[in-house]
Amino acid sequence: MNWMGILESTLEAMVTKNAVVFALAAIGLNIHYGYTGLLNFGQAGFMAAGAYGTGIAITQWAWPIIPAAGFGLFLSVVLALLLGLPTLRLRADYLAIVTIAAAEIIRRVVKATEYRGVTGGSGGINGIGRGFYDANPFSERLDLGIVDFSARQLWFMVVGWGLVVICMLLTYLLVRSPWGRVLKAIREDEDAVRSLGKNVTWYKMQSLILGGLFGALGGIMLTLEQQSVQPDQFFTPTTFYAFTALILGGAGRVFGPVVGSMLFWGIMQFTSVSLRQGIRNGHIPESVMDGVQAGQVPLIVAGVLLGALMIFRQQGIFGNKREVALDGN
Amino acid sequence: MATDAFDDVEPRPGSPKRDTILSVDGLVRRFGGITAVDVDHLEIQANAITGLIGPNGAGKTTFFNLITGFDEVTAGTFQFKGERLEGVPAYKVARKGLVRTFQLTKALSKLSVIDNMKLGAVGQTGENPFKAMVRPLWVNQEREIEARADELLKRFKLYDKRDDYAGELSGGQRKLLEMARALMADPEVICLDEPMAGVNPALTQSLLQHVKQLKDEGLTVIFVEHDMDVVRDISDWVVVMAEGAIIAEGSHASIGKNQAVIDAYLGTSHEIDLGTIQLDPETH
Repeated sequence: MNWMGILESTLEAMVTKNAVVFALAAIGLNIHYGYTGLLNFGQAGFMAAGAYGTGIAITQWAWPIIPAAGFGLFLSVVLALLLGLPTLRLRADYLAIVTIAAAEIIRRVVKATEYRGVTGGSGGINGIGRGFYDANPFSERLDLGIVDFSARQLWFMVVGWGLVVICMLLTYLLVRSPWGRVLKAIREDEDAVRSLGKNVTWYKMQSLILGGLFGALGGIMLTLEQQSVQPDQFFTPTTFYAFTALILGGAGRVFGPVVGSMLFWGIMQFTSVSLRQGIRNGHIPESVMDGVQAGQVPLIVAGVLLGALMIFRQQGIFGNKREVALDGN
Repeated sequence: MATDAFDDVEPRPGSPKRDTILSVDGLVRRFGGITAVDVDHLEIQANAITGLIGPNGAGKTTFFNLITGFDEVTAGTFQFKGERLEGVPAYKVARKGLVRTFQLTKALSKLSVIDNMKLGAVGQTGENPFKAMVRPLWVNQEREIEARADELLKRFKLYDKRDDYAGELSGGQRKLLEMARALMADPEVICLDEPMAGVNPALTQSLLQHVKQLKDEGLTVIFVEHDMDVVRDISDWVVVMAEGAIIAEGSHASIGKNQAVIDAYLGTSHEIDLGTIQLDPETH
């Protein structure tokens, strides 16, 4: 077994594409679920709004990247308003049902052959071009010994982690403010907050919009990284990957979703690469598992780890045990 | 212990008060075929403690829900300081100065006691998401609010617990916290839904004193309560509901002798002890 190779590829997965995209999506879910208690099961829909908004603005109207990304963010706000207006007055479960359905509707619509001219149908949008990488100030690889990054990876990481840091900072500033206090109070008991003169529905809308914007940023970064948009990247499991990352790291904590996302993709990559090596080298006999089957195992491992976490450390890695202990009350 | 304000008030349902802060007309709430509340006319005297009693299912909590905007009226009107409030959402009713507490205490478990208190303050600059990001815009106001919250916590003997999670308080302490938090919203009328339920006897006395003090500070208190000793102890005026309607009004002494009230209670729950009211109505 090439353990250095496994380590290298695990570390790389922890800081590149998916880790960044899902850190952003999970920061959004943290605002929704971690702080406000909103069960948004359609974060993939917000990511799709960001990704397709950007993709369409670039390919259809030849907009530069920044305004195009702005259009993607705008679409996510529209989506939050569309989802929130009818459901935020209702109990939390309704939002969960509506959001999971809405995200699927979005994926089916952008995938539909009728809209191929705009969304590219099942092939997605491919002509996004190199605009993002043309702005890359890096020209050489960065070698850190165990792991090294290409110039393109470096550029993506600087922009992506830069955004993650900005989003974390925004979260930090907001949740320690009276605004954050209202959100956390809504998470505990809406009616109590209403009885104190706060417009609960409007606060929940603000939370849905803000978390949706963070999700859309994740979608935008995904688009820019791969210079394309694929509809099936926004299937339902995408939302639950982000949720897994959030729960792993600890909901209701500023660092929770970020560390959770890095760990989630680290675990996925580690399991996947070790198994493939094991099978290739004959350490794992074909009678136990073949290469195709090994593809499914990382998710199983992530699931088992999450289960173990829920049993032994319910609050996640960063969570506050004292808070979780109050759940029974 | 009827105070002067009630001296010339007739003890009958719907009687006019000298200084009415809240009045209700033809208020009806139906759930399907069931009429939960059907109040013809009721006036609440300002700066007094009005007890709302009645057997289980009389519609007391529904009545509270209606006048605080937590439920929608089927028909009828109610006015707070001369302003009609039916159809106004709960949060706006609270901002106008009509604040309630809940039968099942709603302490916000995962917020600290002091955060529970600070949440109660209205008109906070930092509750706007854009201003929230700039700490200097709200930090001074926050300090003022915190000072006011600390004062109230000391008064309610919760100051030692200020940094604990509200979920770590005992049931009675949560009742105290909820009352103190409601005061942070600067109410004119405070509606307490069974403030003594589940509170141990030692704490009951302290809660009663707090309720009396609210009146001394100029507030109007309306409360729902099952414990007749409590009702006798603190209420200036008692309103009796049964099957959604107001069947009697008066001082606790006159209520105890009212045949309609006795029938309403005995018809539904024999174990309610009305005797204490009849036996010594002039105590206090």
